[in-house]
Amino acid sequence: MHIVVCIKQVPDSAQIRVHPVTNTIMRQGVPAIINPFDLFALEEALRLKDRMGGRVTVLTMGPPQAEDALRKAVSFGVDDTILLTDRAFAGADTLATSYALAQTIRKIGEEHPVDLVFTGKQTIDGDTAQVGPGIAKRLGLQLLTYVSGIDAVDLQNREITVRRRAEGGVQVIRTRLPALITMLEGTNQIRYASMDDMFRAARFEVRKWNKDMAGIEDVGKIGLKGSPTVVSKVFAPKPKAVKAQIIGSGLDSQGMAAALVDTLFAQHPRLGKELQHASH
Amino acid sequence: KRLELDPRLAAYQGIWVFVEMERGRVHPVSWELLGEGRKLADILGVELAAVVLGGSEEAVEAASAEAFTYGADLAHVVADPVLTEYRNEPYTKAMTDLVNRHQPEILLLGATTLGRDLAGSVATTLQTGLTADCTELAIDPDNRGLLATRPTFGGSLLCTIQTLNYRPQMATVRPRVMAMPEADPVRVGRIVREAFDLSEESIIAKVLEFIPDEAQEQAQLAYADIIVAGGRGLGKAENFQLIWDLAAVLGAEVGGSRPVTHAGWISADRQVGQSGKTVRPKLYIAAGISGAIQHRVGMEASDVIIAINNDPNAPIFEFATYGLVGDALRILPALTEAFRSRLAVNRLAS
Ligand SMILES: Cc1cc2nc3c(=O)[nH]c(=O)nc-3n(C[C@H](O)[C@H](O)[C@H](O)COP(=O)(O)OP(=O)(O)OC[C@H]3O[C@@H](n4cnc5c(N)ncnc54)[C@H](O)[C@@H]3O)c2cc1C
Ligand SMILES: Cc1cc2nc3c(=O)[nH]c(=O)nc-3n(C[C@H](O)[C@H](O)[C@H](O)COP(=O)(O)OP(=O)(O)OC[C@H]3O[C@@H](n4cnc5c(N)ncnc54)[C@H](O)[C@@H]3O)c2cc1C
Repeated sequence: MHIVVCIKQVPDSAQIRVHPVTNTIMRQGVPAIINPFDLFALEEALRLKDRMGGRVTVLTMGPPQAEDALRKAVSFGVDDTILLTDRAFAGADTLATSYALAQTIRKIGEEHPVDLVFTGKQTIDGDTAQVGPGIAKRLGLQLLTYVSGIDAVDLQNREITVRRRAEGGVQVIRTRLPALITMLEGTNQIRYASMDDMFRAARFEVRKWNKDMAGIEDVGKIGLKGSPTVVSKVFAPKPKAVKAQIIGSGLDSQGMAAALVDTLFAQHPRLGKELQHASH
Repeated sequence: KRLELDPRLAAYQGIWVFVEMERGRVHPVSWELLGEGRKLADILGVELAAVVLGGSEEAVEAASAEAFTYGADLAHVVADPVLTEYRNEPYTKAMTDLVNRHQPEILLLGATTLGRDLAGSVATTLQTGLTADCTELAIDPDNRGLLATRPTFGGSLLCTIQTLNYRPQMATVRPRVMAMPEADPVRVGRIVREAFDLSEESIIAKVLEFIPDEAQEQAQLAYADIIVAGGRGLGKAENFQLIWDLAAVLGAEVGGSRPVTHAGWISADRQVGQSGKTVRPKLYIAAGISGAIQHRVGMEASDVIIAINNDPNAPIFEFATYGLVGDALRILPALTEAFRSRLAVNRLAS
């Protein structure tokens, strides 16, 4: 079985700050990490490989530094890595991103046919959750989003059965391979990379492809040119004019609580009725 | 700056809202979107249409009738047994067929698991732009295009995205981000029945089972009217009992910040914020929560926010309605008692 996992290198957003005057993102010194949601996809792919054999290829599109993310993936035990990097990809929205990734996966499939593609649920920077469905549609793969568990993979009959989070419940769904899975967070925990794995990763030959090597001829479909969406404005949210009214300062906890309940029932009679209603 | 639209694109007219129905139940985000869609349609002077896909005539008719009360002028409906349960393939086909047939200029969907699955597939099939998780929708007076605003970098900034040279312009909005419109019970509209031809045999994916959340005690935070939430300031897992106690007295749901769901003090489905649920209760009580932007974006639309924090400079006091400055471990039990006795007194009085 051949599994391709798509991962994205993202700035560790916990450490991102916005410049208070210029409203621009201060990236300097912010470490880049593998999109945390993608680790669940990677681990699930590795578990399938542990169970059934086969190979795992990890793919990322990004600037040359994204090689670090692939090296990190190697330390967890993947077999092959592809860094899709080309200036022509800059400024891609999700439609252009999914096109570039789909073309690359097609090319990877010419070396070893692909049975499953994994992506994370979403990224922590763009945060759209649109790239997975985009790749699936372009490659004609069966789309399985928000997967919380894989019940069975039957390579003989080319079938897969998964559990996926739906609105108001869990769907157990069976479909055909090849399929694309977007993995739900919290479903597993990325394995520990041993010293040996880290050494292997440090020496690993990451393959770097430009657009031509990925078989992309039409530059009208990639980068800024291939992106229907245009960011027309970036701005800071309006600060709220009114701050909290501090209740019962100087009083003890009982006094504060009593003052708050008084204020609430006096100032918000409708809410008071709701509370009365909800409380039994 | 006025942009003349290519005639091929100008042919796209009207605003569509996807009415998300599963197992005969419509997701309320659909009504929230119709409320927004109504405003946009009035600005543009075009019709607002609901798109209703479902497994039976009765289901799509009932949903359409309700869509009219929330502002739709008409409903494009497809009733076919293959659409009973959500599956990507038949839904994507139904939706893209309809768009190609009628050419709406704007198509809005809820950013639910279903809506995101469908929107990404439809936008790719139609080769058009899709803006995710919008918090504001407006019309550009210069070119009648959609201005879709969404938070970036966890809410610290907002960006406005346009889909200039492609149609339809697609956007998703999370549940509870837009206000629920007032229903007008006497409002009616026209139903347009649409042809759809896809046999069950030709659909590859099969739903073997559906396990409803009621059977698994999943929290229903998004549409809760009252929420009591706790944060890292509570110190340890056992102290979360104080939150449950207050919630029990108020008949409230329990929520929390990301650190407490990550630490396992409460389950992940109770997380409020950017990477959790967006909530819009009538009352939100936050104890030991600092009010970081990623938490704030998920709950600031609440009608009344009460913050309990021992740091008078905590960011949550910048946007809460009422603040109690002090130790949550003491204030929470006092508040539980104060509410309990007040509610009991009121009950006797009535
Ligand atoms: C603030 C901001 C807002 C944006 N808003 C929009 C928008 O509304 N609509 C739009 O079309 N574009 C938008 N973009 C552009 C979009 O973020 C990029 O196209 C990005 O390359 C992919 O989208 P994503 O990060 O949302 O990925 P998602 O769709 O959230 O990612 C899902 C999964 O796809 C895989 N994946 C994503 N990117 C890559 C990659 N480069 N290499 C390998 N695998 C990958 C990962 O497995 C990931 O978990 C926005 C960008 C920014 C910075
Ligand atoms: C990509 C990304 C996504 C995120 N998504 C979310 C999200 O969806 N939801 C979310 O909540 N966070 C999210 N976060 C995390 C967010 O940035 C904050 O770290 C988090 O909200 C802080 O949680 P907290 O307020 O409970 O803890 P802290 O920030 O540690 O605040 C604890 C507060 O408790 C107060 N306190 C301490 N002791 C007491 C006491 N005895 N009595 C009263 N008050 C006390 C302190 O003064 C402090 O204000 C996200 C972060 C990132 C980077």
